[in-house]
Amino acid sequence: MHTPIENRNTHQQDITEQFPMKQIIDSEGNLVDDTYRNEINIEDCRKFYRQMLCMRTFDQKAINLQRQGRIGTYPGFNGQEAAQVGSALALREDDWMFPTYRDHAASITFGGSYAIISTWKGRVEGNRPPEGRNIVPPSVPIATQLPLATGAAMASRYRESSQAVIAYFGDGATSEGDFHEGMNFASVFKAPVVFFNQNNRYAISVPVWKQMNSETIAQKAVAYGMPGVRVDGNDIFAVHHETMKALERARNGEGPTLIEAVTWRYGAHTTADDPTKYRDNETENRKNLLNDPLSRLEAFMKSEGYWDAQWAEDFEKDIKSEIDEAVKEMESMPEPDVNDIYDHMFESPTWPIEEQKKAYMEYLKGGSEK
Amino acid sequence: MTTVKTNSMTPVQAINDGLRTMLQEREEMVVLGEDVGINGGVFRATDGLQESFGEDRVFDTPLSESGIIGTSIGMAMNGMLPVAEIQFFGFIYPAYEQVMTHATRMRYRSMGAFTVPMVIRAPYGAGVRAPEIHSDSMEALFTHMPGIKVVCPSNAYDAKGLLISAIEDPDPVLFLEPLKLYRAYKDEVPEGKYEVEIGKGELLVEGEDVTLIAWGAMVPVIKKAAQLAEEKGITCDVIDLRTLSPIDKDIIAASVQKTNRCVIVHEAQSTGGLGNDIISIVNDTSFLYLKSPIERVTGADVHVPFWALEEHFLPTPERTLHAVQKVMDF
Repeated sequence: MHTPIENRNTHQQDITEQFPMKQIIDSEGNLVDDTYRNEINIEDCRKFYRQMLCMRTFDQKAINLQRQGRIGTYPGFNGQEAAQVGSALALREDDWMFPTYRDHAASITFGGSYAIISTWKGRVEGNRPPEGRNIVPPSVPIATQLPLATGAAMASRYRESSQAVIAYFGDGATSEGDFHEGMNFASVFKAPVVFFNQNNRYAISVPVWKQMNSETIAQKAVAYGMPGVRVDGNDIFAVHHETMKALERARNGEGPTLIEAVTWRYGAHTTADDPTKYRDNETENRKNLLNDPLSRLEAFMKSEGYWDAQWAEDFEKDIKSEIDEAVKEMESMPEPDVNDIYDHMFESPTWPIEEQKKAYMEYLKGGSEK
Repeated sequence: MTTVKTNSMTPVQAINDGLRTMLQEREEMVVLGEDVGINGGVFRATDGLQESFGEDRVFDTPLSESGIIGTSIGMAMNGMLPVAEIQFFGFIYPAYEQVMTHATRMRYRSMGAFTVPMVIRAPYGAGVRAPEIHSDSMEALFTHMPGIKVVCPSNAYDAKGLLISAIEDPDPVLFLEPLKLYRAYKDEVPEGKYEVEIGKGELLVEGEDVTLIAWGAMVPVIKKAAQLAEEKGITCDVIDLRTLSPIDKDIIAASVQKTNRCVIVHEAQSTGGLGNDIISIVNDTSFLYLKSPIERVTGADVHVPFWALEEHFLPTPERTLHAVQKVMDF
């Protein structure tokens, strides 16, 4: 029924040549493309590494909290830190981000709050961005945020603002109509938006080769007349610089870009999922560990003399206390306010909502419902 | 006292005038959809607007309902006032997900950090011999949806006033345009800006015996039915609901408490139709005033037939009169 990648047409070899996987450092931390040599410095390396480790620690903590029953189902991103952190660090403060439910590392890096995790405790407060940050609540349906991102970008262009927009989505999302509609509108209206795909090669249990019959996701950009870029999603330098370039194009009025960041998530789709049912997790993870975004950056930093054991020890301690503090804060949140169910539906509530709220409040007080 | 100048207009001209008025008034407003630009809309609702306001303000989009609504949501979130046209209401299904999952939820799920002040315009309804799907009136799919208002004018004055209110509304509004009435007759429509309040129905004719309730293209049907009833000595309150969500319950209660009888007419299918909500409102507000069960005259629970048979689907003044007699004779 499906055509395995190795049996596909030969023209797809040309595609691979047209959309090569861009790397700046390889999986062993060697610099393979020195185009950005002058832009790589110790400060950035440390920033990248610290933030990735922070996000990985946070992710592990969230999974533990779920296992302990302290939060509900949680979708981890462990392994995708370079894709999310590297792209988010390319944004300007006033840009817009349209994440999915799995892009906490991107949101938090972009100035979001750890409070986001409270959404997995069923708290709507987790969706509220910090003041002045255009971090849109994560999209739960697949690919529907892409036309929204395009629309926000169209507004930015219309209003002659230099704000750019980034939209995140996974490999499965490329099969949805809204992926194509969002891309097409963005291209037609030259919207300043970056479509940032994290191809982790599985949409829950369906591998990407059963998801689509094209060799790469990047090549889909051709159909929409926009640049398509394939990057090693575990190479934070490649991710960061390609995102920077795409954002610059967007701000210059040159329109959208599709970036495919090829990566791998070690863990399950969510804490409710069991990946051993559909993939050889142990073998795959072992293989992918060789490409790990943190260890390769660590290797690079060591070879450059940027690594310092004391620095590493210090910030690991900082990260731990930062995350412990965030969890403490989440767990000491006051009880949710029942009014929040009713009070954010419209700017002014309509009478059915007012009446239903009143009746329910009466009921809670033990009074008459009518 | 100043006199407001009026012009005689059809409903579709009034919609055009409303769009023009608001494009002048609100520079962040844009009109978008399939064929709304140079073509002026397939029904000419946007005729001449691109010429007056330019391609940045009034623009054609790719043929893509989800794309039109999705991008409008994004634009609205980022400071604009999009008025999106869906060429026929029956084509909105691909965009249903965008309305349900984003337009109506954004304010709630961001606790007000992001809002979606947009309008979706769509011609709806049967009786114009349109091809399949074009004639659907699935308003109940949207009145059932939390977080969106639904309005439906039946005349030119209301069409302009309600459209302006919809554009000014800080939340998403679905604006349904009765296709059959686009050019059915003319009204005096004031020049410039005025609003018809969302959420308020209108008592068009006063009577004593039965309350007739309808909206959009069914309003002329119940007006005609009231005339036929009067010939038989039965007088009717005739209510044009104008807003379908939230419904004006006060106007319904006041009338039913006076007449003690009620007939609801809508062309949409019966099961899950809006008539059932109106019965609930009467039940909640006026049950003990009723002298007879409430009657509904609606489309059957079938698809709007191919047009050679559509008159057997649509409520008529005669079918309405039949229901009026039934509530009188109970």
